[in-house]
Parts: sequence; C-alpha cells; structure tokens
Amino acid sequence: MTSQPIDDSVRVVHRRPVEWLPYLLSLPALLVCIGILIPFVTALYYSTLRFRLNLPALKGFIWFGNYTNLLYDPEFWNTVSISLRYTAISVGVELVLGLIVALLLQRRTRINNMISVLLLLPLMTAPAIAALMWKLMTNPSFGILSYLVSLAGVSDFRWASSPSSALFTVVLVDVWVYTPFIMVLLLAGLRSLPQQPFEAAALDGVPRLFVFFRITLPMLSPYIITASLFRLLDAIQQFDIVYAMTQGGPGNTLLVFQVRAYLEFYQYTNVGKSAALLVVLWAITYLLSNIFIKNWLRLRERSHASA
Amino acid sequence: MTDRIKDLFDAYAAGRVSRRDLMRGAARLGITAASANFLLGSSAIEAMAADYDWQAQKGTAIKLLLDKHPYADAMIADIENFKKLTGIEVTYDVFPEDVYFDKVTAALSSKSDQYDAFMTGAYMTWTYGPAGWVVDLNEYIKDPKKTNPNFAWDDVLPGLRSSTAWNGVPGGALGSADAKQWCIPWGYELNNLAYNRKMFDKAKVSVPKNLSELSATAAKLTKDLGGPYGIGVRGSRSWATIHPGFLSGYSNFGEKDFTVGPGGKLKAAMNSAGSKAFHKQWVQMIQESGPKNWSTYTWYQVGTDLGAGASAMIFDADILGYFENGGDNKEKGNLGYAPFAANPAAKAPTPNVWIWSLAMSSFSRKKDAAWKFMQWATSLEHDLFGARKMDFVNPVRASVWKDEVFRDRIAKSYPGYLEQHDVSAPGAKIYFTAQPLFFDVTTQWAETLQKMVAKEVPVDEGLDQLAASIDKQMREAGLG
Repeated sequence: MTSQPIDDSVRVVHRRPVEWLPYLLSLPALLVCIGILIPFVTALYYSTLRFRLNLPALKGFIWFGNYTNLLYDPEFWNTVSISLRYTAISVGVELVLGLIVALLLQRRTRINNMISVLLLLPLMTAPAIAALMWKLMTNPSFGILSYLVSLAGVSDFRWASSPSSALFTVVLVDVWVYTPFIMVLLLAGLRSLPQQPFEAAALDGVPRLFVFFRITLPMLSPYIITASLFRLLDAIQQFDIVYAMTQGGPGNTLLVFQVRAYLEFYQYTNVGKSAALLVVLWAITYLLSNIFIKNWLRLRERSHASA
Repeated sequence: MTDRIKDLFDAYAAGRVSRRDLMRGAARLGITAASANFLLGSSAIEAMAADYDWQAQKGTAIKLLLDKHPYADAMIADIENFKKLTGIEVTYDVFPEDVYFDKVTAALSSKSDQYDAFMTGAYMTWTYGPAGWVVDLNEYIKDPKKTNPNFAWDDVLPGLRSSTAWNGVPGGALGSADAKQWCIPWGYELNNLAYNRKMFDKAKVSVPKNLSELSATAAKLTKDLGGPYGIGVRGSRSWATIHPGFLSGYSNFGEKDFTVGPGGKLKAAMNSAGSKAFHKQWVQMIQESGPKNWSTYTWYQVGTDLGAGASAMIFDADILGYFENGGDNKEKGNLGYAPFAANPAAKAPTPNVWIWSLAMSSFSRKKDAAWKFMQWATSLEHDLFGARKMDFVNPVRASVWKDEVFRDRIAKSYPGYLEQHDVSAPGAKIYFTAQPLFFDVTTQWAETLQKMVAKEVPVDEGLDQLAASIDKQMREAGLG
C-alpha cells in the first residue's frame, strides 16, 4: 500500500490549525475581558484604601471603611435616592412616549418613514451639547422656553436653577435626547410582530384597546424590556446632562452617582471614596440588569412555549 | 540697521532711555512704528541674553499644557522670540477652562512626563504640591547658575509671591520662611466692582461704598431699570463661587474660613456671628437683585451679562469688567470700575485674588529647559509686551504697573481701572486658609449658599451644618 504515508502527513498538516484556532479566535474576547477586568479589579482595590492624592501620608488599607462611611453619610443616601428617581422617571416617561410615537408610526408610509428618521435627530446630538442648548432655552432672562411658559401665565419659572424644578428640567432634556432610542427599538419590534393574531382579532371585531393590552403589549414585552434595560443602565450612570446643566446643584438636588464620583476624584482627589461610590453604582446596575434579564428570559420562554 | 538705531533701542531695553526719548529718537532717525516694535523685540531679547546662557538647552523640545486664556494668547504671539533666544522648541496643548484642570489632574496623577510646564492657579498647588506633582521652584529661583540675574523676582508683587508659596502644613501661613514656591505668578485678577455707567446715570445712583449700599443700590437698579438685574455674582455649585466677590467681601469684615487651634488643628469658622451676619446680607442681595438662575452662574455668565447689558454691575474679577468693555460687546465703552470695601469700617478693600501661574511638572525630563521657558514667560520683557500690545491684564510685576505706555492705554479706554487696582493692590492676596481639602470645603460652602438662596435652609442653621460637616471631614483627614 503506497497511500498510507501520504494519509499520515495530511492528518498532521490539518491537526495543528485545528488545535490553535479556537484559542486564536477567542483571543480578542480575552483581551477585551482583560481590558475590562483590570480597571474593575483596580477600582475594587482602591475602594478598600484611604487614598487621597493630596494626602499621600494617610494612604493605607481600611478594608470596607469607605463603604461603611458611605452607609452612615446622609449625602450618600441622597445620591442613591436622586439617582434612582432620575432613572425611574426618565426611563418611565421615555418608555410611554416612545411607545406612543412607535404606535403612531407603525404603518409603513412615506411620511411615517420620514418622520421616524427626523425623530432620530436628537439622538445624534451629544448629550452635553443638548444640555447646553437646553440651558440656553431655559434661561429665565432670554430663553425661548421661559418665554413660552410666561405666555402660558407661569412667571418666574426657574427651571434647573430652582431645587423644586431642577429634576423636572434635566429629565426633560433626557427625554428629548433618548425617547427616539426607545421609539426606534419599539417601532422595529412592532413592525416585526406576526400579523395573524391581529387579523384574527380584527375579524372577530375585538376592541382596539383590548387588542393593545392583550395582544400587542404582551408580544412587544421582550422589546420593551430590552429597550428599558439599555436606557436604565445609561440613565443610572447619567453624568453629562446633569453636570453640564447644574454641576449637581442647586444645593445637592442633583448629585447623582457619576457626578459625585467625578467630583470626588477630579476636584477632591479622593480616589478611595470615588472608587467606592463607583463600585456601589456597579452593584446597583448589576442587580437591576439581573432582574431585567431574568424577566426577559422568562418572557422569551413563555413566548416559545406558547408558540 | 545702523549702529545709531541699534544703540538707541539697546539703551531703551537696558533702561537707560525713557520711552518718550526712544520715540523722539526713533522719529528723528526715520523709523516707522512697525519697525520700532520689531527693533524693540530684538533689543529685549539681546538685553535678556546678557550675562546668562539662554542657549544652554538649545535643541531641546518642551511641551506645555495651557488654558484657553488671553495670557496664553499673548505668550503664543511672542513665542518665536523665546525660540530665537534659547533654541528650545516649544509645543503646547490648549484646553478650554471647563475641562482644563481635569486634564491637568489626569496628566499629573498618572505621573505622565508628557508636559513639562503648565498653567495653574495657586489653590490647585495646594493639591499638586503635597502630592509631589510639582517642583519647588525655590530650587531654581535661588540658584544663580540656573536663573537669569535680570529675572528680578522681587519685582513680582509681594502679595502674589507669597500667595503662591506654601510650606505644605495645613493652616500654614502663605509665603512663610519655610514655604515652597509651587508656581510663578503670571497674571492675576482681584475682585472689585465693574458697573454700567449709563445704567447708573439712568437710575440716578452712585457707586456703592459698602455691602449695605451695594445691596440697596442693586435693589434700586433692578427696580428702576425694568429689565437688567442689579448685581452679578457667581453661584454655581463650585469652589469658584466662593473665591471672587464673596470671599473678598467676607474677608473685609475680618471673617475667616478656619481658625487654627493648638497643634495646628483646623476648625471651621463659617458659623461665627459675624459670618452669619455677612451671609444673611449676601443671600438677601442675591434673592432681591441677582440673576434668576444664579445657581448656574459661573464667571462666564457673570461677565457676558454685564457686557450684554443684562446686569448693571458685578462684584467679581476686575479683568472680567475689563474684557467686557471691549470687543463686540453691546456695552463696550460704557463700563466703569471702582474699588470696593464691603465693611463700612474697613480702611481699604481686601480683594481675594486668583493668580494664573506657571508650574513645573515633577515628572518632566527637561526641567532646565522648562525653567528657561518659565523665566522668559514671566520676565519683565514678556510682561511688558503683553501689557502694552496684548490684553495681558493684570500684570504681576510692579514695574509694569509703572510703565507709562501701559498706563496710558488703560486710562484711555478703561476709566477707573487703574485707580481701582492701585487702591486695592496693597491688600490683594489669598485670604483662604491653605489646606489640602480646599476644594471639598469651598464646593460644600457653595452648595450651602445655594440652599440658603433657594430658602431650603435658614442661614444660621445652614452655616452650623456646614461647619459641623467640614469639621468632621477635617477630623477624618487628620487635619482637625
């Protein structure tokens, strides 16, 4: 038999790339993981230190000292409260508005397509720029929105410069920037829903409100949860809009996590406290993401089971 | 160039001939103004080059980190002269002020050797110095081998020299014998009144002389002008709200941010009876006559409102009023300036100062070249160039303030500016207690002011809470 040696050599030639290929292909993912893990572990380490850059002599391990200090600090609980309220209100309003707009634009017409593209424009604006635009528009002396509000009989409305209306103002900017994001995701979801249930409901003369709550909304739930998750993760880490408009003020009204952590590091050079704040923010984000993902998986299983 | 022309300009650069005689002589020799400027620059370089080896680092390249500011603009306009003088190549990054200090902190905290020298304020060195990020410049200033004999360090206004020197001990006096010179003053601003003369005439009010008058005048202007508000002061949630007019007025009543106790322990002093009285007047003034969105006001809004005719006066940096009186501003030419002592019993104003300075990074690998640049940029020659030809106000050297060309230029276009400066300069210095938690304390102070103005907390209660919170932070940091 003359073919035996040739077969062996062929086998050897093919085996090597097969052995290395999986490792080679997973290398970029590994590098990305390292790129994420190193800063994360570093932040965890810093959060266990008393570490101010301008007081190097005081540097030392305090283990969970930064965390316990936070727990007894009323300012920290104010930060937790305002961050959660900001997130809940902005994502809630964006979800409702985004869904309404998506329903209005659901039918594929030339005008609807054009409007849906135009509505994406705020999303293309950098949030910090949007905040500066709104800062000008809400200026009580010359802002167009202040003028319009005064026409409606509301005088001396101070927008972001008053503690009573500051949250409303920054949420307004957030809604203006990010509602199109929710809208575009839900619109894609609405347009991809199977048509049979809707056709059957139409044949049976089912009221539209019933169709919306019993067919559209349940079928759209995975999309709603996905859009909410993305926005939630972003909103709880809000920085640019709040900082550009108020720097966390008036007083401590809008001192959300990221603004506080930023000030702790860049202005006060308190590395340990800044890192502890960010680790707490990460924990909250992780918790919320888990809840959302579990719900999303449950809904997906249910829809697969019903299919 | 003939020898006679060269001799004439060299004599001027060396101080042997007055400006008037120089101009007369130049005219006799048939020299145009443009040629005179060029010759003046060349003579200045040659004068600087005498007795000092400016070329020792020839061929080196340094990099600067700069804030977008008229001081930096003036330096960049003159930088070719430095390159010609030293043979040192200079590159620079310029950042807007909103992000400038973040960039500095990022560069220094990462121990990057990217920048050799950078612009800073004195307050920032209370962080950079103890962290070991900047060089004690006494090592250079006091070394005759490293410093040009004509550098004339003593010519820099004494209040500015001391305000940029600190021994690193919390509560330690600025400019003490053991102080380290963390930066070199470059240009500075003190805080006084700048006002719209037309609006004052229209409302028939005179320039206020103390805080009570300021409050009453601002209220009358707001009421009578029917549009513009009476007084512009900063209000954002930032240390920058505390250091200008607010602290200048506060200090004038003899009030302090801290008292230094036994063992150098610091105790917050914002809740003293005098401080509470001052805060009540200040808060009431903003509520009655300040901008509606005061809590978002930085120096930029304070200045632009004055220039645009949206406010009748400001108690802020004098140079803000200077810049708003020129350019394309609506109120160009209508602004006046006045010194201001908030306390009726005070003999003179006590303006707190902001000093744009130059510091050297500890991580620079070209420190000698960087020092050459710092000497040149803060030299009398460059200061004169900036003051005469550019908008380099306020210069930090006493001799520049005596320069007749500079004074004539300012007196002609900025009525009252020189007077407000000359009256206030002797008392102009940093009135804060030097300590490493400066930004924590002042930001929290601004936050409390915002709460008081928004009537979220009464003044007395707010100040007691502020003092208690600051004392707690001081104890945690081992400073109180």
